[in-house]
Amino acid sequence: MTEKSAATPPEGNRILDAIVVGAGPAGLAAATLLARHGQDVLLLDEAAEPGGQIYRAVELTAPGSRRAAILGADYLRGADLVGHFRASSATYWPAAVLWHAAPGIEVLASRAGTTHPLRAAALVLATGAIERPVPVPGWTLPGVMTAGALQILLKSGGLVADVPLVFAGSGPLLHLVALQCRAAGARVAALLDTARPGHLVGALPALPRALAGAGPGYLARGLVQILRLGRSGIPIHRRVEALEILGEDAARAVRFRVGGATREVAAGLVALHEGVIPGQNPARLLGCAMVWDEGQVAFRPQADAWGATSVAGVWVAGDAGGIVGARAAEHQGRLAALDVLRAAGRLEAAGRDRLAAGERRALADHLRIRGLLDRLYRPADAVRRPAGDTVLCRCEAVTAGAVRALAAEGLGANQIKAALRCGMGPCQGRLCGPAVAEIVAAARGRAPEGPDHYTIRPPLKPVPLGELARLA
Amino acid sequence: MFGRLSGDDGEASGRVEIRVDGRPVAARAGDSVAGALLAAGVRRFRRSPVTGAPRAPYCMMGICFECLVTIDGQPGRQACMIAVAPGMDVRTAEGDPDRD
Repeated sequence: MTEKSAATPPEGNRILDAIVVGAGPAGLAAATLLARHGQDVLLLDEAAEPGGQIYRAVELTAPGSRRAAILGADYLRGADLVGHFRASSATYWPAAVLWHAAPGIEVLASRAGTTHPLRAAALVLATGAIERPVPVPGWTLPGVMTAGALQILLKSGGLVADVPLVFAGSGPLLHLVALQCRAAGARVAALLDTARPGHLVGALPALPRALAGAGPGYLARGLVQILRLGRSGIPIHRRVEALEILGEDAARAVRFRVGGATREVAAGLVALHEGVIPGQNPARLLGCAMVWDEGQVAFRPQADAWGATSVAGVWVAGDAGGIVGARAAEHQGRLAALDVLRAAGRLEAAGRDRLAAGERRALADHLRIRGLLDRLYRPADAVRRPAGDTVLCRCEAVTAGAVRALAAEGLGANQIKAALRCGMGPCQGRLCGPAVAEIVAAARGRAPEGPDHYTIRPPLKPVPLGELARLA
Repeated sequence: MFGRLSGDDGEASGRVEIRVDGRPVAARAGDSVAGALLAAGVRRFRRSPVTGAPRAPYCMMGICFECLVTIDGQPGRQACMIAVAPGMDVRTAEGDPDRD
């Protein structure tokens, strides 16, 4: 790996073989494989350190340390992936922000206050997942964060809540982070589980598939986690509904309904989580066709078995292409890289297929658990399409009710955006986009379709004006 | 709101002094600006330009833009995505109440 300074960027007339965006498992695996095959590959990542969210700061966590013990073996294994990438000839740009990408491939990336125009034959989007937004009353108050945010603070700074902490939502990550925070010394005042017990029955048809490949390993770890949670002493409320966060200038309590009764628990910090969904903005900006995945109740780019999207020269790998988990993401990264080599004429299709066989088997093994997880932890309709005056768009403080009223008149997401300004703030609809699309589709009495979501335009992230001026 | 894990890896990493709304704050090398501010007890990062209500980091991964602060005179910077650097000057909505 060569860490080129901003003074020697691969710009001008030089066309890179490939740009990989995102230094999580999919991006690291893709860039490493491409570099090993002699490709001129640049990996761009917003973070200062490689690993993505799942392996964030893994190089800085000493095996045997207290932090390593809390975060566990599934986290520490990321060090190998990062190590192989570091040892490769790939160029690595940490702290680089992709703010425009167009078919061709042309990319604008900002690094250390300068925007670099880049060109490449191939683009691999390994931009990962975001936590599904959880719009509930009070979610804009300081002191309300995502469970993933708390884990990021633990991984990258050893930071632990020192006020009463309440976890609310559903899914394996919610339980994992609650246990990790408790092991780190946090006082977890309650875990409010919104999962529907009825989903257990609905998930049964997905069980046989999960009993082979890597499935049993996931199931065993999941059972151990459920047992640990039961023994942890954390007060757990199940079948929680109607969650709201109370406070004036900051969160001070949660209120919820359980078993027909309304309860309140004091909280200095509230961690929300309802699973993860693909981050969509880069793929939408590029014009990739997007499909609605009813099993995962989320949009994802349409892609073939190699991750090739509907746009020539653009591949997607890992959670950005549909939630697959960290282990599967690695294999998808290598499969996309092999197809990039085929498209570049570096491999015949037969050679690509031969090299892909092991990756495909491993990928299939790791995907066996997915259907079961998707069914068990399917977020409730009320989370995805909240009622009344719950704020959907945090940037512009637009409520679900206002969006619903315009959707009922037949307006689409872009028209609602123009009328209400939702999705026009700095987050560019990342947090309100999924809910607005679902409300629009529901008003039309059908499942969401790709164009039900806002159109995404550059810049993907705000760029300082001075930087734009220098570019021109 | 946040403390540091005792006996943590990060204890060995260097100290970085930054200024937050004019007062010195000791951060750790490798901290994001948002992490350093949360560790220093900052609860309000910005105010909603629409309602004026206080806001603070929600996602810590560059998605929500609730952690926007002014860094070295440049407004609207994502505190969760930027690493602390010695002498960095950070202004939150508290230190700059007229700012959106």
